[in-house]
Amino acid sequence: MRNPYLPYPVRIDKITTETVDRNLKTFRFVFLNPEDEEKFAYTPGQFAELSIPGKGEIPIGIASSPTEKGFVAFTVNKVGLVSSYLHNMQEGEVMGIRGPLGNWYPWDEMEGQNVIIVGGGFAFTTLRSSIIYMLDPQNRPKFKDIIVVYGARNPGMLLYRDELAAWEQRDDIHMHITVDGTDDPDWKYNVGFVPAITEKKITSAEDAIAIVCGPPIMIKFTQPVLEKLGFPPEKIILSLEMRMKCGIGICGRCNIGDQYVCKDGPVFSLAKLKKMPPEY
Amino acid sequence: MLEYAGKIREAAKKLLADGKVDVFIGYQKGSVPMMNEPVLVKDPEQTEILHWDSHCGLNLCNYLTKRTDKIGIVANGCNSRNIVTHIIENQIARDQLYIVGIPCEGMIDHRAVVRAVKYREITSVEEEGDRFTVKGPGFEETFAKKDFLRSNCVICRHRNPVIYDEMLGDPVPEQTDVDAYEDVKKIEGMSSEQKWEFFNRMISRCIRCYACRNACPLCYCPTCFVDESRPQWVGKSIDPTDTMTFHFLRAYHCAGRCTDCGACERVCPVGIPVRQFTKKLNKDAEELFSWEAGLTLDQRPPLDVYKPDDYNAFIR
Amino acid sequence: MTDKIFTKDEWLERLGGVKGDYKVFVPVKDGDFHMFAPIDSGKKPDFSYQNTRLSPKGLVYPQSERIFEYSLDKQDEDAFIVKEAPKDYAPQAVVGIRPCDAQAFQIVKINFDNKEFRDPWWVQRFESSVLIGLGCNEPCDTCFCNSVGGGPFSEKGLDALLFDLGDAFLVRVITEKGQAFVDKVGGGAEAAQDAVDKAKRLALEAEGRMTSKVPTDKLKDKVVLDLFNAPFWDEVAFACINCGTCTYLCPTCWCFDIQDEAYGKQGDRLRNWDSCMYPLFTLHGSGHNPRDKKFQRVRQRFMHKLKYYVDKYGDGVQCSGCGRCVRYCPVNIDIRKVCARMNAYEG
Repeated sequence: MRNPYLPYPVRIDKITTETVDRNLKTFRFVFLNPEDEEKFAYTPGQFAELSIPGKGEIPIGIASSPTEKGFVAFTVNKVGLVSSYLHNMQEGEVMGIRGPLGNWYPWDEMEGQNVIIVGGGFAFTTLRSSIIYMLDPQNRPKFKDIIVVYGARNPGMLLYRDELAAWEQRDDIHMHITVDGTDDPDWKYNVGFVPAITEKKITSAEDAIAIVCGPPIMIKFTQPVLEKLGFPPEKIILSLEMRMKCGIGICGRCNIGDQYVCKDGPVFSLAKLKKMPPEY
Repeated sequence: MLEYAGKIREAAKKLLADGKVDVFIGYQKGSVPMMNEPVLVKDPEQTEILHWDSHCGLNLCNYLTKRTDKIGIVANGCNSRNIVTHIIENQIARDQLYIVGIPCEGMIDHRAVVRAVKYREITSVEEEGDRFTVKGPGFEETFAKKDFLRSNCVICRHRNPVIYDEMLGDPVPEQTDVDAYEDVKKIEGMSSEQKWEFFNRMISRCIRCYACRNACPLCYCPTCFVDESRPQWVGKSIDPTDTMTFHFLRAYHCAGRCTDCGACERVCPVGIPVRQFTKKLNKDAEELFSWEAGLTLDQRPPLDVYKPDDYNAFIR
Repeated sequence: MTDKIFTKDEWLERLGGVKGDYKVFVPVKDGDFHMFAPIDSGKKPDFSYQNTRLSPKGLVYPQSERIFEYSLDKQDEDAFIVKEAPKDYAPQAVVGIRPCDAQAFQIVKINFDNKEFRDPWWVQRFESSVLIGLGCNEPCDTCFCNSVGGGPFSEKGLDALLFDLGDAFLVRVITEKGQAFVDKVGGGAEAAQDAVDKAKRLALEAEGRMTSKVPTDKLKDKVVLDLFNAPFWDEVAFACINCGTCTYLCPTCWCFDIQDEAYGKQGDRLRNWDSCMYPLFTLHGSGHNPRDKKFQRVRQRFMHKLKYYVDKYGDGVQCSGCGRCVRYCPVNIDIRKVCARMNAYEG
């Protein structure tokens, strides 16, 4: 039995600063023991504990896709003790990752459906994983239209800007990038809050599943828009955040009712959430 | 002390019915012997549950912090002193409060009672005047209350409320001939090694549940230093150094503010006499600044004021 | 398997004799209260005790445990690689454990040893422990084990059970693990029928002395959101000072924290008991806290024990009725009253 608390040792392979405020960086990790990469087999929507000896662990959604081999990547917002320390680490340094943890987006259910992705701010990480995964030539035929609404406060706060631009050019994915506001005269995409752009750009709920990931306020206002469009609560999928420690449903802190966000989540349908105490 | 229960009910009922207060904070009789539960009453009809006897353990001032409504509250000597401290420290405004004062003859030390009946199971404790009767399976014993007072009550010099809007009885005589710091002097007389040994042994059973901190009306910081992670002042395990750091720092945070209400000691689940820490600082405050906390609304505690004639040269 | 009988002196003497094979823990008095201590701690074993102040959960699941260690010295080849810290899993015997506390281990087992994940440390230490119970001739006023699936002489979770017959112990073996321990102890004599009858009578009498009845029968049929939104939580929580006494004394509270501590170029990862009573328990890095109000935390504790656990595992409440929280709550919040209220609540 492998000890579920023991992280795999990894090396920081590459660090990319994502946003102009430098508060979001993407860390690409390579496993020190190549066989660990296989053991770390994950599905988009899952997360892992980034484990820094001497500092502690933080649960972070996996931003890379299982179709990308040789590394695993996470985009980390600088907020607390561990994430701040991580932001000061250098390429080549050794730390740990523990996972994959939690459930994933309902990929079986999504097959044969139109996939609507609604994301806001730095919660776009597992959505990036999902988009890369779906656009993989082996997987793309499994899904009908892929429509993405993604917004940030301003252009400088969008994650993965090069990839967004590349997806814009493709015809097998429909991108609706938006910002809350900008003074950039060359901005060629949308301006407006995510819920409003969702209302404007998404026209049908037929054969569709919506995955929503973002700050609580965005989720709060996107939910009624989707319901108005005809999405039943079973087809609105949300990913939650919670303070976690063990990540495997044992330490007891991330519960919402009898569900542990770390093990039974982080992905929940709105239908399921409606039956749970609103304590998140 | 029992006679006050009825008077409290009456006073609370009237205050609520007249709309003079929105809520009334007092005690209700507990579900186990020698334990009363702090309670908040909103409805005049509900005032029947209010109670007062010699087992009102926890300092009610805890429940005042940052409330915004108009509050009626029961206060004996030490509770009233903490109300004063709360007002001075801007945790509550004087005009929000209607203080129902009770002269206090001291609370019973429930642990001493348990010891006196040789740890047999106590099923009821009835008070009558200055005596109380303890019953359990197969035994019944009557004791004099004065022999079972909590150690902070034994040395109490402020049994009457120092601030109130209404008194429910005549003041009791204050004790003037007590030596409040007998135990502290004993520790002061020890060598450094003996002190180290003494305090180490004292806190060795601490489980870091923080009941002492949470029962203390002075401990209202939004984030306690033990919960800070940046920087992390104290480790989170039960390492003796961390545990000692917690106790020492907690005591120092109470310097010049502590009223020796004894709530910290009463709530400790493993019986650590935590007042040994705060009392030393109370003694220092008295000797260095002639200060006892919570006696007046007109003066700030010595450690947050500047005086040109401070006896320390470095600050002048 | 027949019951054995030992004079108390023989039992104690023989317990001392097995310490080469087992680390033996017995109740001893320390100041005003009892605790489990190794039999050779120098303190006199005291089996005429009521119960220990802290539950014996710490013998399997220490309040603070070094789980991993690592080097922070860049010169080291294995710097920053987290490794298992050495631990002692030698067989241990907890002799004189009360039935409620033994049952508590069964209640938490489903958390630490479930079909998806096994907590390696809890499981190994639990498996290396043998639990020798001591029936309660005189249950406390605050006990309610028989309301939550146990009883003063319940065998649930025990490997053997002692009956205190006054001058002698009757020892009833329950599991093979218990048999192995009793064999190792050796001695004793086959219990005569009158001793067995006396033991039976003691158990019946004790059952009859239990005064606290806590109804739990309707909890499982309640709608979780009805209970969650019930109007009484503010009132239940008013007196609470959010200390961790209830959770730390409780034999069935299992929540923990994981913390790193560095000492120069060496570091440890520790696991410490934690408490849902503390605001920090659920505070997000962003500052958001889903349970930032006191009543939410108090509600969580009771809902976890009396509803979420009930729903999740379908095997009763997460409480073994030891009554510690009732007795030692500094503000007298009484789980018996809260449970009755939840059980009776009609949405």
